Amino acid sequence: MIGPVLGVLFDGLAYGMLLFLLSVGLSVTLGMMNFVNLAHCSFAMLGGYVTVTLMNQLGWPFLATLPGAFLAAAGVSVVLERTLYRRLYRASDLDQVLLTIGLAFISVAAAAYIYGTVLQPIQMPPYLRGAVTVLGVRFGVYRLFLVGVALVIALILVAALEYTRFGARVRAAVDNQRMARGLGIDVDGAFAITFALGSGLAGLGGALAIEIIGLDPSFAFTYLVYVLIVVSVGGLGSIGGSFAAASLIGVSDVAGKYYVPELGAFLIYLVMVAVLMWRPAGLLGRR
Amino acid sequence: MTGTPRTLVGPLAWAKAEARWRPVEAVFWVATLLPFVLVPSYLVLASQIAITALFALSLDLILGYAGIVSLGHAAFFGLGAYAAGIVSKSGWGEPLSGLVVAAVAAGSVGFATSFVIARFRHLALIMITLGLGVLLHEAANKAHWLTGGADGLQGVRTWPLLAYFRFDLYGYTAYAYSLVVLFVVFLAARRMTNSPFGLALRGIRENATRMPAIGAPSRAHIRRVYTMAAVIAGVAGALLAQTTETVALEVLSFQRSAELLVMLVLGGAGRLYGGLVGAIIFMVARDRFSGINPQYWYFWIGMLLVAVVMLLPNGILGGLARIRAERRRAA
Repeated sequence: MIGPVLGVLFDGLAYGMLLFLLSVGLSVTLGMMNFVNLAHCSFAMLGGYVTVTLMNQLGWPFLATLPGAFLAAAGVSVVLERTLYRRLYRASDLDQVLLTIGLAFISVAAAAYIYGTVLQPIQMPPYLRGAVTVLGVRFGVYRLFLVGVALVIALILVAALEYTRFGARVRAAVDNQRMARGLGIDVDGAFAITFALGSGLAGLGGALAIEIIGLDPSFAFTYLVYVLIVVSVGGLGSIGGSFAAASLIGVSDVAGKYYVPELGAFLIYLVMVAVLMWRPAGLLGRR
Repeated sequence: MTGTPRTLVGPLAWAKAEARWRPVEAVFWVATLLPFVLVPSYLVLASQIAITALFALSLDLILGYAGIVSLGHAAFFGLGAYAAGIVSKSGWGEPLSGLVVAAVAAGSVGFATSFVIARFRHLALIMITLGLGVLLHEAANKAHWLTGGADGLQGVRTWPLLAYFRFDLYGYTAYAYSLVVLFVVFLAARRMTNSPFGLALRGIRENATRMPAIGAPSRAHIRRVYTMAAVIAGVAGALLAQTTETVALEVLSFQRSAELLVMLVLGGAGRLYGGLVGAIIFMVARDRFSGINPQYWYFWIGMLLVAVVMLLPNGILGGLARIRAERRRAA
């Protein structure tokens, strides 16, 4: 009786960790600059395709491609941030939405042009396949790996944000951007670095997502909705909030699809509406 | 919005001056009749353009005037299309009453959601409109028994308009019908935007905090204009369902909402004609390039969006107005 429930909870948690990796960067950058970046999942998709290319064309081992996915997404995001994004920091929401939707459209078309619209297959190494059984519950090895990676990254992020000088600048900018500027903090510079890190993490998430949810050009829009839900439920600029929201959304999505299939796809929206009604700024958001 | 005010006048006098018909507007509306004589083989496309223009007009009311960024406006278009399609499929194909049914369906959902819309701005608003659109798309996909799901709604039959004009293959009736509806709604929208209510909406767009401070019931205004926009979008959707006699699931898609934004911004938001001009350019371009794989078509839409945001912040009409203003200053 308890076995299947635990299994669903675990799968949901693994899925939630994936959402956490995909969304944490957007949450922090949104909290800092209020910049609505709807192309965030395009960076994730880029990471995914980098991994696919490195593995299938160049024969790299899976684990070695992950830093590549991170660096590629971070690098491209820096270029875009310096050339396009930075001009619109003080522009209206509408301009930001339009620019980033445009970039997302371009990325989808480019992915379809280069890779076609089929799902990209990758072959996991043997040590990440299979499952271990503990107390009668099967845990997929890859999902365990995913949860482990996400937990490590969450710890690193929290530590970096709480205990380093750079983290203090970022927190100051999230709390009150104008005040931080007034105190001489280089908010734009801190933002550029945060943006690159966040996009890199999305790229990593995209690479890790291939095994669980697959990768095709529609990724940039399909998962954008999930990421935005996580960000708004968790609250802007909060790593803990993103973590909690991603777990909640992941578990409710998997559990919903498992137990009430006819309602499955709607359950996360209901959760979102319920949370936003209860706390309009998100679980751990302050604004 | 057009030009700079040369003398200080009261707001009502200003609105009245804005409301005066200009010759170029008359030229525009007469020109909409040209397809009947010049390109009669393209009337089907012309009717699609008129419908899209009506849809863009509805978004302009909330985006261009009240400053509400919606990423899910296709929800109301789709609601109208399905409402009209389902009524027609179940045996009542009279077009005008179909429009009314669609308007009521889209308007009541619009009114219900407007209470949520009016409470939020910025990211939360974008999220909520997006979520609402995706939710409705998913619901229509699931409700196969009602909507036909991904196969689309088949078997829609539209009776002759006014029990006399048949919907022909060449689109004569379809274009005339769509154009008349577009014109009537446009007149109403034009009247509305130049009324005190329209001025209050522009105030909300310019400064959402100050409007309540000077005693304007902003939320009530937003609720009202959002419901109006939903009604108009529903009518546009119904026109599409009636003239094409089918409803595809695509009417509710996110892409449709995004394309609509593209058109409106390309033409210029907040000036009524912006949506119409944008719809014409967009639809004609898409027809010309229809040979291109739709996947790559989105590449060019993306490029266009980036270019418009970077180079032409107020759209084509905004750019023209700026050129005109500069020339006037030079003279």
